[in-house]
Amino acid sequence: MQKKDLGLLVLILVVGAITTALNPVFLSPVNLGNMANLVGLFGIFSIGIGVVIITGGIDLSVGSMFALIGVVFIDLMTNKGMAWELVLPLAIGLGICFGVIHGVLVTRFNMQPFVVTLCGLLIYRGAARYYMADATIGFGYAGGHETLEWLASGRSLGVPHTFIAFVAVAIVMGIVLHRSVFGRYLFAVGKNEEAARYSGIPTNLVIASAYVISGALAGLAAVFLAFYTYSIQPSAHGNFYELYGIAAAVLGGCSLRGGEGSIMGIALGTVLLQVLQNLVNLLGIPTSLNFAVMGTVILLGVLTDQQLQRRRARLLAVKAHQAKTLGAQPARA
Amino acid sequence: MSDAVTSERGGPPAAPFLRLVRIGKTYPGVTALADVDLEVARGEVVGLIGENGAGKSTLMKVLGGVVAPDSGHIEIDGTVHRALTVPQSLAAGIAFVHQELNLFENLDVAANIFIGREPRWGGPLHLIDRQLLYRRTRPLLERLKVDFDARTPVATLSIAQRQMVEIAKALSLDARLIIMDEPTSSLTVAETERLLDVIAELQAQGVAVIYITHRLNEVKDCADRVVCLRDGVVAGALAHDEIAHAAMIRLMIGRDLKALYTPPGRQPATGLEVQGLRTVLFPDRAVDLEIRRGEILGLAGLIGSGRTELARALFGIDPPLAGAIRLDGEPITVRTPHHAIMRGIYLVPEDRKRSGVIVEFPVRCNVTLADLHDHSRAWLISGGRECATTERQKERLHIRTPSIESEVITLSGGNQQKVVLAKWLAMRPSVVIFDEPTRGIDVGAKSEIYAILRQLADAGVAILMISSDMEEVIGVSDRIAVMHEGRISGILENRDSFTETNVLELAVNSPARTAA
Repeated sequence: MQKKDLGLLVLILVVGAITTALNPVFLSPVNLGNMANLVGLFGIFSIGIGVVIITGGIDLSVGSMFALIGVVFIDLMTNKGMAWELVLPLAIGLGICFGVIHGVLVTRFNMQPFVVTLCGLLIYRGAARYYMADATIGFGYAGGHETLEWLASGRSLGVPHTFIAFVAVAIVMGIVLHRSVFGRYLFAVGKNEEAARYSGIPTNLVIASAYVISGALAGLAAVFLAFYTYSIQPSAHGNFYELYGIAAAVLGGCSLRGGEGSIMGIALGTVLLQVLQNLVNLLGIPTSLNFAVMGTVILLGVLTDQQLQRRRARLLAVKAHQAKTLGAQPARA
Repeated sequence: MSDAVTSERGGPPAAPFLRLVRIGKTYPGVTALADVDLEVARGEVVGLIGENGAGKSTLMKVLGGVVAPDSGHIEIDGTVHRALTVPQSLAAGIAFVHQELNLFENLDVAANIFIGREPRWGGPLHLIDRQLLYRRTRPLLERLKVDFDARTPVATLSIAQRQMVEIAKALSLDARLIIMDEPTSSLTVAETERLLDVIAELQAQGVAVIYITHRLNEVKDCADRVVCLRDGVVAGALAHDEIAHAAMIRLMIGRDLKALYTPPGRQPATGLEVQGLRTVLFPDRAVDLEIRRGEILGLAGLIGSGRTELARALFGIDPPLAGAIRLDGEPITVRTPHHAIMRGIYLVPEDRKRSGVIVEFPVRCNVTLADLHDHSRAWLISGGRECATTERQKERLHIRTPSIESEVITLSGGNQQKVVLAKWLAMRPSVVIFDEPTRGIDVGAKSEIYAILRQLADAGVAILMISSDMEEVIGVSDRIAVMHEGRISGILENRDSFTETNVLELAVNSPARTAA
């Protein structure tokens, strides 16, 4: 665990302790279970967005993907009667398709990630609303998906399956990002794409893969979310969720300039956001202030982090100066 | 290089208007400057030399008002200052032409020269008086006799032309002293001569110049005297008639530099053969070239003659439009850097910080970046193997770093370059292309890098060394190829024919002959 993550963990514990002191319900099993469920839901796609951010890109489209993939998913299951074993991979596949499109546009056609995924945000939302003619769709009383429902929204030993899925995704992605060759490539491309290219790294493939990972995780999250809300209103479902993901990644130490971040950080960022949300609810703060509280904490968090980094950079500069003088010495012997 | 410049010298020395007296500056753990004295008189060109880290930059920052000295004082026209502020420095007529040019590419020449000081119409909106802006710019450009006008967008200018814009900007500020930090590191021979001419003209107009460089020939050509810094103290000064190569090097490193050239230790054999290679820059010119195993082939030529494009094509950055490449007699295709690397063709790029290393990564990650698969098991990186390789390369190349986990940005230029070399030498090189291998690197590290080139060649690697540094090309190469406008204008096969004149002639005139 990096120092930065440790700081975040301390912050979470402090906020948690304060909330508990003011309202002991915070630590009740029911409340913790609900929070874990939400952490799972938001964490899965936040990791995807974080991976894209590490390459120096951004993914704004996931909220709209939830709506589009969600309505298609429910429609195929309830109205078309398709088996869930088929629909689940289809939902994830749809996310992967969108990811491939984003990746190709960003790398082959050199478009800016912000523009590409902003258009995705608009297109998928529009497509979802058109698909349903703006009507709400739900699972209703149609049967046949009990297994999937249990998998997606059930609990084992009191632990929500969303949370278990999130931990599994986090572990796999943690290994991929921090231990594998591909992970090293992701960071290299994010820090200095040109130097990465000059080292023989297939930079376009690496960048595109990040969007595909984000799309796949968004597809998976869309299924969990559909069962969480149980019905989908295409114009509102998943609105702003991409911003939760970006916020979690940034809180967790991902730099929007790319090349920095960790899975542990993104996970802790997600937890902190949900703890804050919970704090607003438990302390009777008007829910209308929800976003304002989150915004303030992110602002202060990133501000503090940058001040600390500046100090570090100053120290580095001094060290660099020393190294230069040292480096020149043996030549003069 | 040119003797025309010397005619400007010889007048009686004017009284210095700027005087640095016993300047000292320490950073935690380092003495950057100690008791440094420096005087500058009107119209005087002072060459400031010294290895990287000798204190040149700190001294110039003191002059610019960016760094406050701990001790000593600065006298300007007899007024004593403990330290300068940036506005004071500007008011004293001190201007900088930086190594990394600070121009706005999206604006034109005039807008760049008067940035922040644009002439304005009256009124609350502060609209820019464009007429006056251009009227004021033109005489400045005329003084420098440049070949572009005030409305030219800076994006379309070459580095040499941009430098002229910076100098014009300095003149617009009524500069009495222009400090040039490594002004020629990106210039071609012809452009360098042009700059030296401009310096002579400035001098004639009474403007003083402090000229910081690693290229001693230029100092010899233009400086009235030379001051050498070493370890933050003045190691010595040379008056005009004492300025000589050997004397300067002795001052800089405190010993004589060995002769650069070492003969090859083996018979050159077939290596990389290039036939009819066409690049995007010169689609209708073809390059034929042979780089033999065991030799160092120097590639000279003006900037823009297609040398870097050739390197990029051979390394698969910009795949060639046409042409055949053979390695050890076997035809190969190189469409991406990955293909090149698989064949053992490596490139040490020109712009080290942008393309050579990831400066925020530790040394270890940079060294293994191109060969991660060899340092991993089932796609998972083995930290142990990484450390072993990096430690081995650190020993072999004498990379001076506190630890292999130090970020590359904390290393000196020479050691950063060694990290780039370590990356490739950890693998199995057949052909290594060096694009300006010693740019911005101090003399000591330079000779280490030349030694590495020779070792590689002797181990049977084919070396292509692109360089704009004449001394380097002539001193290090076994053969010299010269490029002119997209093709090889000639090859010097014999060390007796290695002269600046021969190389320059081929670089400029493009005669279709092979000398000697």
